[in-house]
Amino acid sequence: MVYSEKVMDHFTNPRNVGEIPDADGVGEVGNAKCGDIMKMYLKIDNDVITDVKFKTFGCGAAVATSSIATEMIKGKPVEEALKLTNKAVVEALDGLPAVKLHCSVLAEQAIKSALSDYYKKNGIDPIPLVGEVGDCEACHHDL
Amino acid sequence: MDHVIYADNAATTKVSERVLNAMMPYFTEQYGNASSWFYKLGQTAAAGLEKAREQTAKAINAEPREIYFTSCGSESDNWALRGTAEKLLPKGKKHIVTSVFEHHAILHTCKYLEKHGFEVTYVPCGKDGIVNADDIKKAIRPDTALVSIMYANNEIGTIQPITEIAAVCHEAGVLFHTDAVQAVGHIHIDVKAQGIDMLSISGHKIHAQKGVGVLYIRKGIYLDNFIFGGAQEHDKRGGTENIPAIVGLGEAMTAAYENLDEKNEKITKMRNRLIDGVLKLPHTRLNGDRDKRLAGNANISIEGVEGEALLLMLSMKGIYVSSGSACASKSLEPSHVILALGVPHEVAHCSLRFSIDEETTDDDIDYILNELPPIVERLRAMSPLWEKIEKQDK
Repeated sequence: MVYSEKVMDHFTNPRNVGEIPDADGVGEVGNAKCGDIMKMYLKIDNDVITDVKFKTFGCGAAVATSSIATEMIKGKPVEEALKLTNKAVVEALDGLPAVKLHCSVLAEQAIKSALSDYYKKNGIDPIPLVGEVGDCEACHHDL
Repeated sequence: MDHVIYADNAATTKVSERVLNAMMPYFTEQYGNASSWFYKLGQTAAAGLEKAREQTAKAINAEPREIYFTSCGSESDNWALRGTAEKLLPKGKKHIVTSVFEHHAILHTCKYLEKHGFEVTYVPCGKDGIVNADDIKKAIRPDTALVSIMYANNEIGTIQPITEIAAVCHEAGVLFHTDAVQAVGHIHIDVKAQGIDMLSISGHKIHAQKGVGVLYIRKGIYLDNFIFGGAQEHDKRGGTENIPAIVGLGEAMTAAYENLDEKNEKITKMRNRLIDGVLKLPHTRLNGDRDKRLAGNANISIEGVEGEALLLMLSMKGIYVSSGSACASKSLEPSHVILALGVPHEVAHCSLRFSIDEETTDDDIDYILNELPPIVERLRAMSPLWEKIEKQDK
């Protein structure tokens, strides 16, 4: 199991790390038991994501997927961010080892979770737009 | 990278110069088959094989006849368990006692035996990472075929009360096997005095090469073959012997026990300095008893940061260690060993294992203690879990 150069680059120099105190949407997915938590902060202006920050507890792949996902949605309209798939995240990182694919799912869900929060804050039901944001499949193991 | 500190000797070790030198003639000069006794080349190979058998036997106070060379520690474990199980099943013995934190070579063999009519009791260890001999006694039943308890744990390095456990087994008339892969060469072992019936050894953990191991089987115990073939290894393990590897293992056994106490004293001092240094960081804990552990082992959980992320950061600084984190392995579960200590999952994900040896220097320890804190700080700064831990503190 080896990480691509792109993964290592985003892991060692993660982009957009931090918090946004007056964020318009905040989402957190994963849990400590599984070993991954991603927290995503969005600043949204006229339906455009003007700023995004993240914090992640997790492995190299978890940090790298969150980092590149923030880059992929920054400056983009909300509608476009909603379409971001874990597959696109994996491709942007030049691939992930099979056992790490769930990290990319988590990154996609972190964004969706933050967007759900944004919609809720604006009195809009997020379910028709974002869908249910659950934990990733990999986390559903017996404890 | 100019500076590499190898602190992962529990994973594997470097073949020592001395071992390599002992092995070299057996590749291109003394390359005969040890079974070809009718010419010199075969005789020399056989002599090398028997010398290694004597060296190995002497190191653990066994008879050479009781030493069987195998391909690895896992093969030895498989053979001991399956061999004993198959032998004793017709006598109505269908129960095995082991511990929850054994190596997978034991645990997965037990799972296999469970599918084939055996019942297995997995005795828990204490919070200190030590199995209690009384618990073994309670687990033994009239139909118990074998007790198998590791000598020293591979992740946390805790040393088990093997002599007491063996005594409990013999009292009940049950055979006792120990996976001593992590202990051999680091602890004085006397199979006779300690009453050990079977013991597994791995070459690559003690500066011999990978792909060679030993199963010690006390005389009087007859296991069926695990590998059928020729008459090698007293007719008990077929396959042409890997003479260079076996010669190397024999030499490694001798070398490991030379000045052992002196080496352990030096390693323990460095290890303790490492533990004390890392534990200065807030929210850290040493996994496993501090004293009853292998001299070179320090296993520490650093809360709020994930183990694999730490490993990667440390490796970029030339510090090679390992982790019980799920993400560092190929499964999604954190280490069963750390969980066996009763710590929460999130703490198990944060464990780091340092395994130093006699080649480690005080400068190496200084280097690790200098490099680790800023890495931890950096990862904690971006960790939402750490954020929660800090909030709880306030």
